[in-house]
Amino acid sequence: MSVAREFTKGLWDEIPPFRLVLGLCPTLAVTTAAQNGMGMGLATTFVLLGSNVLISLLRNVIPKKVRIAAYIVVIASFVVIVELSMQAYFYPLYKVLGIFIPLIVVNCIILGRAEAFASKNKLLPSIADGLGIGLGFTLSLTFLGAVRELIGAGTLFGRYVMWESFQPLSIMVKAPGAFVCLGLILCLMNWIGAMQKRRQG
Amino acid sequence: MSEYLLLLVSAVFVNNIILARYLGNCPFLGVSNRLDTAVGMSMAVVFVITLASAATWIVQTYVLTPFDLEYLQTIAFILIIATLVQLVEMFLQKSIPTLYRALGIFLPLITTNCAVLGVAVLAIQNEYGFVKTIFFAFVSSVGYGLALILLTGIRERLNVAPIPVHLKGTSIGLITVGLLALAFLGFAGMVH
Repeated sequence: MSVAREFTKGLWDEIPPFRLVLGLCPTLAVTTAAQNGMGMGLATTFVLLGSNVLISLLRNVIPKKVRIAAYIVVIASFVVIVELSMQAYFYPLYKVLGIFIPLIVVNCIILGRAEAFASKNKLLPSIADGLGIGLGFTLSLTFLGAVRELIGAGTLFGRYVMWESFQPLSIMVKAPGAFVCLGLILCLMNWIGAMQKRRQG
Repeated sequence: MSEYLLLLVSAVFVNNIILARYLGNCPFLGVSNRLDTAVGMSMAVVFVITLASAATWIVQTYVLTPFDLEYLQTIAFILIIATLVQLVEMFLQKSIPTLYRALGIFLPLITTNCAVLGVAVLAIQNEYGFVKTIFFAFVSSVGYGLALILLTGIRERLNVAPIPVHLKGTSIGLITVGLLALAFLGFAGMVH
């Protein structure tokens, strides 16, 4: 597969968390607003890209038996970089995301890509894979955040966009709304997938 | 005493780690298909979360804070959890083979269960003492087990229900969790 293909697969065919159902905790927790989802997505993209690059470069050095521990240390180092930089430069976002920034370490997408892709591929495809999956995750989180923010508060990226008599459905920005909304999007993805398959015959 | 009772109600019902705090969702949806697996997973989670929170509390209080190394918290905690899970697995295999057969396959999965790291970090953030940390970890993980077993019961029934084809699998699972979370939202306001 070409490098471009590795990049684009993350944007639709294997878009997390809709097609690749992994990394659900941050997906559900931080998508109360489009902006938060985007911030979380970009932070995850940075960690994913960094860990993919480093693990791809070290793939012949890391012994097979301790590979998971080694991957976790690599990922955790990048998470600390993100954590400290966000604390310094994006303090309000850091406050909102809270505990979910250190929890990027245990986001199964990142460990999954390290194990399934970066440890078996050269540098360039690993970069493309990390960027593609990361941006796909950012898009999904922003989309989910936008839907929940729009229905739950009537705003989009913090600006009020609905008509005046609109009654916000505040359950959407609480926990039940997160689960139901993601469930319905997964259903929509299944339906689109089935339509595509039928068209191809 | 009443303080601990409040913590119990808060951690199990009001701030349930899955249904209100969104922690540990991937294994939650992954193992909630059969009741016996769900019970095994719940027991393993209670065991590991309680042990891990105790271990991380000790390291935070006696190593990281005195030497001004708080920024290493994430790396230190995840390493402790990974090592601990490995140790527990080896110990059980040697000493209590019956328990190992029941929990064994779930243990490696738990390293990447964000509930473990999440509860450890939450206990530090809330500035609990040692005993309170252990209690908090224990009741939180019991809440996890409760939610997991409840969902499994519902999903076992969903398997034989007529569900629209595109909703099958994770999709209907998530919607069910949403309804469960809605029910648990009724406890909100009981305790802060």
